[in-house]
Amino acid sequence: MRNYIIRRLLQLIPVLFGISVAIFAVLRFIPGGFASGMLGIDATPELIAQVNARYGLDQPVVTQYLNWIGGVLHGDFGISFRSGAEILPEILTRFQVTAELAILAAVISWCIALPLGILAAVKRNRMADRVVRVVALLGVSVPGFALSILVILVLSLFFGYYPPLDYVGLLEDPAKNLEIMFLPALILGCSMSGSVMRMTRSSVLEVLRQDFIKTVRAKGASERVAIFKHALRNALIPIVTLVGLQIGSLLGGAVVVEQIFSLPGLGLMTLTGINNRDYPVVQGCVLFIAFVYVLVNLVVDLLYAYIDPRISYD
Amino acid sequence: MKSVISTLRELWRDPMGKIGIIGVVLLIVVAIFAPQLAPYPYDEIGMRFQPPSAEHLFGTDKFGRDVLSRVIYGARVSLEVGIIAVGIGAVCGYLLGLVAGYFERWVDRVIMCFMDILFAFPSILLAIFISAVLGKGIGPTMVAIGIVNIPVFCRTVRAAVISAKGLEYVQNAKSVGVKTWPLLVRHISPNVVAPFTVQATLALSGAILTEATLSFLGMGIQPPDPSWGSMLSEGRADMIRDPWVALFPLLFIVVTILVFNILGDALRDVLDPKLKT
Repeated sequence: MRNYIIRRLLQLIPVLFGISVAIFAVLRFIPGGFASGMLGIDATPELIAQVNARYGLDQPVVTQYLNWIGGVLHGDFGISFRSGAEILPEILTRFQVTAELAILAAVISWCIALPLGILAAVKRNRMADRVVRVVALLGVSVPGFALSILVILVLSLFFGYYPPLDYVGLLEDPAKNLEIMFLPALILGCSMSGSVMRMTRSSVLEVLRQDFIKTVRAKGASERVAIFKHALRNALIPIVTLVGLQIGSLLGGAVVVEQIFSLPGLGLMTLTGINNRDYPVVQGCVLFIAFVYVLVNLVVDLLYAYIDPRISYD
Repeated sequence: MKSVISTLRELWRDPMGKIGIIGVVLLIVVAIFAPQLAPYPYDEIGMRFQPPSAEHLFGTDKFGRDVLSRVIYGARVSLEVGIIAVGIGAVCGYLLGLVAGYFERWVDRVIMCFMDILFAFPSILLAIFISAVLGKGIGPTMVAIGIVNIPVFCRTVRAAVISAKGLEYVQNAKSVGVKTWPLLVRHISPNVVAPFTVQATLALSGAILTEATLSFLGMGIQPPDPSWGSMLSEGRADMIRDPWVALFPLLFIVVTILVFNILGDALRDVLDPKLKT
């Protein structure tokens, strides 16, 4: 297992190196560089040259890259061109918000999708199955931002409720934090649950057809034991894979929901960085998101061995 | 491999397939005949925030533009962006997947490393990033979404090519001296058609969603061009007082994605019955 983890972590190096080069190079092609964006209508070639010199943007691109990546390897992601703040602490603070949102959304999605997916598989082609399939199709088809707007509209028009706009950290005030996070997490969870429901249904159906389930039933086990103890565990691998991918994609992909609910997450930080042409912020965020994304995939792979003891990485 | 006619016939026999076909055909008709169907030009300015009425079925927005006309023209933009973006992703992904799957070794490793890099980003973030580089507007949005779609097609085709390569008739064709490209195009490609078509249909709904999201964030189609995403973004500020401005484009986004997903699911059941549960 340890060797496998080391090998996988080593495989990350070329991918992360490729991402760092790609992101760095591509950012330099964004029309209207940082200097002209910051100076706006006051931009003159002299002022632009001054700003570029101040932030080291007048150096050759290779030198700029080596300076940046050297810093990253020492845990220094640089400072924001706009605010002058250190980037890594800001990323870590924002990551807490996004990670909390992603985990809450995943838990909600599991709570909705697993029971309904199992129900649909057990009651295949009956009314319950048909209803679940329609719900799942809706879940897959209603995008998070559309659902957010719809929910805010319904809550405000019919219940006079407006989601709070000022974010409060989890450790500062857990109750207030939960009030702020619940609605966006519920919306993301509902959006995620459609595909998890479908995967659970097809995966459980697949397992229920196998011989060992027939044996379990023939030995007199109750239906509950056959489904929850034997079928579900064997059906979990594709479901866990899907949820892992979804959590990974929420790290930066929840940007729209973060914007609608004014949550200071990592996606919003990246979007603001792109709009401001704040190169170090975008580079840092994207590299961090990509790193966590591939790390989540690694954790998912390791979970396989826990779920199914037949899988061994030794 | 099934012919197009027999696939369509089978799709039509399936109730979900029928709903999907009718929905998609309706959308295409609305998009093609938008100038004839829209009651007003999409940029004609009139009375602001008129509620839905006989004159303006979906009401008017903050500039007094007819929401129904903009939604109809928005269908044209969404479909145009969706089809061309998926086309870009499909063609590039197809060629790269074909080459990677057939040649394997270092060619495969280099191509898949690039795909892994593209895959290491959440798709919406990648689309935002590429849009920022390429600029705003219809063309750059299509290219951005197209690039985001390349890895999915590449992986789908690569997997199909690797499995087709081991088939006996392909080995036979190779042993009688069929050259590489004819072998790829004439003998291996037909095996890729089924998963490729299903992927393309599902990717269309994803592309339409990504376009709406980009435009919602102000990174995609720019006003006054009508896009459902930008209409939603514009209507959001006043949605408590004048909900129709945001509600109708929102409904059209949902319904469009829904019909493409229904069609994609039905198509998968027809083309790849092994996956049907």
